[in-house]
Amino acid sequence: MRIREHPILDFQKGPLVEFEHDGRKLEGHEGESIAAALHAAGVRVLRHSIRLNRPRGFFCAIGRCSSCLMTVDGVPNVMTCVTALKAGMRVETQTGKGTIPDVRFTEAPSDPDYPRDLGSVPLAIVGAGPAGLSAAVAAGRLGVECVVLDENPVPGGQLIKQTHMFFGSKEHHARVRGIDIGEILLKEIEDLPVSVMTGTTVLGLYPGKVLALLRNGRLHRLTADSVILATGASENMLAFPNGDLPGIYGAGAVQTLMNVDGVAPGKRVLMVGAGNIGLIVSYQLLQAGVEVAAVVEGLPEIGGYHVHAAKVRRAGVPVMTSHTLLHAVGTDRVEGAIISEIDGDWRPIEGTEIKLEVDTICLAVGLTPNCELASQLGCDEAYVAELGGRVAIHDTDLETTVPGVYVAGDASGIEEASTAMLEGRLAGLSAAAKLLTRPDADELTRLRIEVEEGLRALRAGPFGEHPRAGKQKMVELARSCGGDQ
Amino acid sequence: MSHRSDGILEPRQLLPLVPPAERKALGPFVIIECVESIPCNPCVEACPKGAIRIEGDMNGTPSVDFDICDGCGLCVSACPGLAIFVLDMSLDAGAATVSLPYEYLPLPTVGDTVVTLSREGEVLGEGTVERVLSAKALDRTPIVTLSVPADHAMDVRHFTAKDSTA
Repeated sequence: MRIREHPILDFQKGPLVEFEHDGRKLEGHEGESIAAALHAAGVRVLRHSIRLNRPRGFFCAIGRCSSCLMTVDGVPNVMTCVTALKAGMRVETQTGKGTIPDVRFTEAPSDPDYPRDLGSVPLAIVGAGPAGLSAAVAAGRLGVECVVLDENPVPGGQLIKQTHMFFGSKEHHARVRGIDIGEILLKEIEDLPVSVMTGTTVLGLYPGKVLALLRNGRLHRLTADSVILATGASENMLAFPNGDLPGIYGAGAVQTLMNVDGVAPGKRVLMVGAGNIGLIVSYQLLQAGVEVAAVVEGLPEIGGYHVHAAKVRRAGVPVMTSHTLLHAVGTDRVEGAIISEIDGDWRPIEGTEIKLEVDTICLAVGLTPNCELASQLGCDEAYVAELGGRVAIHDTDLETTVPGVYVAGDASGIEEASTAMLEGRLAGLSAAAKLLTRPDADELTRLRIEVEEGLRALRAGPFGEHPRAGKQKMVELARSCGGDQ
Repeated sequence: MSHRSDGILEPRQLLPLVPPAERKALGPFVIIECVESIPCNPCVEACPKGAIRIEGDMNGTPSVDFDICDGCGLCVSACPGLAIFVLDMSLDAGAATVSLPYEYLPLPTVGDTVVTLSREGEVLGEGTVERVLSAKALDRTPIVTLSVPADHAMDVRHFTAKDSTA
């Protein structure tokens, strides 16, 4: 199921190495995720649920969902979707919660290569996606030293899987493919006082802006004067019978599998959700040589742009509005899906059920902002439906109710990557304005107006209705919290 | 049904996108099948002649000045929505050409007979590959020109290899 050739991507693979899966020798590319290597080898069941012993497979591909926990080299509960494959690894299906290996826990080594305290930095940016990298460019250009922290092995966030050209205007990298925008941003920070620490998970954010980092299995501490939280979003799940079967993936996971690892998720896919993500990922599946049986959408209208829908329609993919997925069929993995038409109250209309022969179901049913770190620190939060869920209350500088802590990108409300890049710049400028001892006020104002005009234009059309309304609510919430004075 | 519920533009929406018959007879022209207010404007910048305009900010829909547009096709691979096509309906003997963006493998070769598809992905008939452009400047959005019967020109928007529909 490896994608041999791709119209847009040229997969850079590590050498082919042998590893062991439940005693069986398999091959995979060094450096790809263990879960991707297993998927390419046809292994769909990665574990079983603890209580009901139901099979579980790959789902989120970003180390969030725990569906891929396995025992690797004797260590239980390893997230195989974010753990790189190495030659000779012993990968085992674990029983229940796994068994802690019988080894003696020694004291933490005191070698000088393990500085627990990484000292302090003027600006720490959590997340090296479009918002985080853009924040680093904006602040770095003004001379603010910053560290960008990201748990993934490579920077770029979701950009590294976006094979399509971006919309917007020239200033927002329009007509450039997402995969190339990440490269452009990384190039922009090359000469700036910015360092990027990948493979680094920010476990916690404590008063005094102390960050707890997990890097190479060790804990570190970093103190910052200001923090920008550009932590992105997590995929929404949909509840339906058999919704946990292997072969049901989030849209982001499908993109990771096929566009990063070069592994086809299946042969025939049902896409759930006709927003831009559902439509774009359907198109990407077709480009990777995977059949798309249909795109179903519960709403009576397509949520995404018509031009994205047109691309999949002309390739013969039906887009079925007012339709829903009733349940998945299969015992150990997806063998089909039952869809049906629904009425205005979202009730299935009897007699309209259709069985689709698919081996994969892809869920593109929205995103929820990741706001755990802001929450832990005690930033005031609010649920704003238009922004996709709970977000840290922020003012027009993107500053939260904890001074010196900012949010940007999907973490501050779900939008497109183009707006995330501008929000990142805005947060970078806001942080720099406070951190610099002698900021150039005129220059800051000029830069800020540029960003604000860009945001206004990107949100101006009918598709910007939700973010516009959400951000307006945020202004009112921030005022009532005493911000923006 | 509207394009919001099924993803297909209606004839009344397509009509304003094409030039009058007299202009069609003169040579190639573009059809930009972009009718929604979305924040996007690379087509305007892509046209070296300034034939494409978007009123107001980038959320307006593009309009083409067919007196200036010569159907050069530079805008085709610049469109992130892959919504621009070049039609040439000035040819003799009931033939026309349709140039379309094609981001799939394998790329066809000149002279191939392919199965032409409509906006709905329905088989229309056959077409012959006249030209395949895949220069680096097109940034992985090749442009394929198909020769099709003239009465298919307004409907052919995609194609597939002849054996793949068997």
